[in-house]
Amino acid sequence: MSDVTHSGGVGLPSRHIGDEAAKRLKRRYAAEARFKFFGMAALSAACLSLLVLLWTIVSEGYTAFQQTHIKIEVEFSPDNIAPAGTADRRRLMAGDYRAVLFEALDRKWSDVTDRDGQRLLEGLFGSGAEVQLRDMVVADPSLIGRKVEVWLLSHSDVDMFFKGHVGADEASGGRMAARQVAWIEALRAKGEIEKRFHGRFLTGADSRDPEMVGVLGGVMGSIFTLAICFLLAFPLGIMAAIYLEEYAPKNRFTEIVEININNLAAVPSVVFGLLGLAVFIAFFGMPRSTPLVGGFVLALMSLPTVIIAARAAIKAVPPSIREAALGIGASKMQMIFHHVLPLAMPGILTGTIITMSHALGETAPLLMIGMVAFITDVPGGALDAATVLPVQIFMWADNPERGFIEKTSAAIMVLLAFMLVMNAGAIWLRKRFERRW
Amino acid sequence: MKFQPKFLAVAAVTAMMAATLPAGAQTARDQIRVVGSSTVFPFTSAVAEQFARGGQFRAPIVESIGTGAGFRAFCAGVGVTHPDISNASRRITAAEVASCRQNGVTDIVELKIGFDGIVMATRRGSPQMNLTREHIWRALAREVPVNGQWVRNPYNTWNQVDPALPALAIEAMGPPPTSGTRDSFNELVLVGGCSTVAEIRAITDSAERNRRCQQIREDGKFIEAGENDNLIVQRLASGAPGAFGIFGYSFLDQNRDRIEGKTVDGVAPTFENISSGRYPVARSMYIYLKKAHVGVIPGLREFVTEYASERAVGQRGYLASRGLITLQQADREAQRQVVQSLTNLSM
Repeated sequence: MSDVTHSGGVGLPSRHIGDEAAKRLKRRYAAEARFKFFGMAALSAACLSLLVLLWTIVSEGYTAFQQTHIKIEVEFSPDNIAPAGTADRRRLMAGDYRAVLFEALDRKWSDVTDRDGQRLLEGLFGSGAEVQLRDMVVADPSLIGRKVEVWLLSHSDVDMFFKGHVGADEASGGRMAARQVAWIEALRAKGEIEKRFHGRFLTGADSRDPEMVGVLGGVMGSIFTLAICFLLAFPLGIMAAIYLEEYAPKNRFTEIVEININNLAAVPSVVFGLLGLAVFIAFFGMPRSTPLVGGFVLALMSLPTVIIAARAAIKAVPPSIREAALGIGASKMQMIFHHVLPLAMPGILTGTIITMSHALGETAPLLMIGMVAFITDVPGGALDAATVLPVQIFMWADNPERGFIEKTSAAIMVLLAFMLVMNAGAIWLRKRFERRW
Repeated sequence: MKFQPKFLAVAAVTAMMAATLPAGAQTARDQIRVVGSSTVFPFTSAVAEQFARGGQFRAPIVESIGTGAGFRAFCAGVGVTHPDISNASRRITAAEVASCRQNGVTDIVELKIGFDGIVMATRRGSPQMNLTREHIWRALAREVPVNGQWVRNPYNTWNQVDPALPALAIEAMGPPPTSGTRDSFNELVLVGGCSTVAEIRAITDSAERNRRCQQIREDGKFIEAGENDNLIVQRLASGAPGAFGIFGYSFLDQNRDRIEGKTVDGVAPTFENISSGRYPVARSMYIYLKKAHVGVIPGLREFVTEYASERAVGQRGYLASRGLITLQQADREAQRQVVQSLTNLSM
């Protein structure tokens, strides 16, 4: 900077010409290029990790939508089930479908007569095959007494081997005996074993057998829980925000309320679970493990965030709109409900739905109120015992069986899809209600 | 667009009213409720599913909340709002029985379902190691005696603990202190391992002895890997050859391509060795039944009968194929007798 002082009257232009200035300019351009590069690098690192995450989930999980089936001819003999013409659901359910399966195995592999060999044959099918046979008969009792060719679910160990996730023997992670491998190869040559679309994964609930699990139980649980959560948090949150923004006087009391709302938004979610256990279950006697209690707990958890988002949206409505409404004779309530609230709605909705997405991913508070549970029925309402999708994922990830690895990843895919739908809904609502002034 | 304030009020009131509704739903329950240990959870849920397949009863709801929390819920009282069965990876304590009694839960039936072996596993293909429990204690304790002096654990490799062991860095991944597996590990491996050490025997104060035995080093050689055992398996498979994982037998059983169990005191962690009691690091698993609920909750007696049946807990039962280490034949008969007569727990 010393050249500035002795260059006299032409000081200003001299700073911007010459080698020194060119160097400076170059440095400034370089700094800008570097900054842009860092920004790009940060962005690509984020994109890359997202891609890696999605790739690991999808590459591990996509096979879960197919399950290995084996084609076999079964005879629904009345001896094992019930006399032909029985329509009583309970009697049909109580039939011995294991025997139906075993007789079919004996017919198909009539050369296998030793007890060990028969056990190995039985091992090709899990309990899923029995349930499949039972469901067929319950749905169509006229099957009794008939012989039918069916594709039956294989055992998860067979499925893992057939999909190539593990080798055959123990050393390569499989649980197949040499004779079972030979049978599978023979079936493969005849085209009697194949991967088929597995609808049960989308329509079933939890099970201890990987080939029998489904995500619908968790999805319905999540829908009911979030619906209750929304019904509570949305109206209460808006009303609280309107009161605090439009009516409440600015004094020490409202200040304390405001600070506490901000603090509550930062409280760890598991604390709300404890609160739910003490208040809703112990004091009000609500049933454990139900979406109703889950919804109440999640509503408590989301309420502060909804209030903060709603207040910000209401504050962003220009005062001129309020003054204009009041100026033409609207009451304060008319001003709020006819003008301010509709204009604030896009912001409120965005905030609420982001909070709901957050609540969708919660597992910790639900542990306390009994929603981390093994439930084999798809819940039919908010008062049925249920679990939610993230809890389902957490529980499957904890199971020792190999077959659960792909099921866990596939359930994560379903959860991500659920989240995308919710966020798309948020964008659509925002676009619909958006107003400019 | 206009917003009716009525809409908001109606929505809030409806939601509030939903809260008072379930009071009536509480009077009856047609589903069995089970709470408790996450170790027993996979077995109880398998029985629950099998039980529901009979078509006669609805599937029991099984919650995985941990042994201690399970007993707290179980002992809270008698009535449809309280669970019927508690899973436990250890025996109920006298204090828990007392708290049960205080809340009116006086008649409890104890059913032993089998064993769980805790294995010390490494990556497959790791060097042979003939570990004893004393080795494990010396490698993992916070303070160990060296030349008669208690010092901060100085060992970095296994051959420093015992020259017969390979020169591999000490690294162990195990469950956090909140886990039942950790309790059993402390009790069976650490307390068992330190009891052969002369300096420990010299301590007369039992509390002090216990503290010395059970304190695990905190210099990063022992890693608390969380409750998810699959995660430990994955980290072992991609980690150093000398790294150990500590978890239940069923995870070893399902991942033999990636990990192998080490012998402890010369006994390999196999099904037969755990079942016969030769493998030193095994614990019993129990379920506890609230007798007052039998006959009130439909299917409760049938459920425990199924649980004790040969097709469930037998040598070739469906729980054995899920990694349950079954009881010996005579013990199984005895447990069936308990279920038959609903004999009260005797401490």
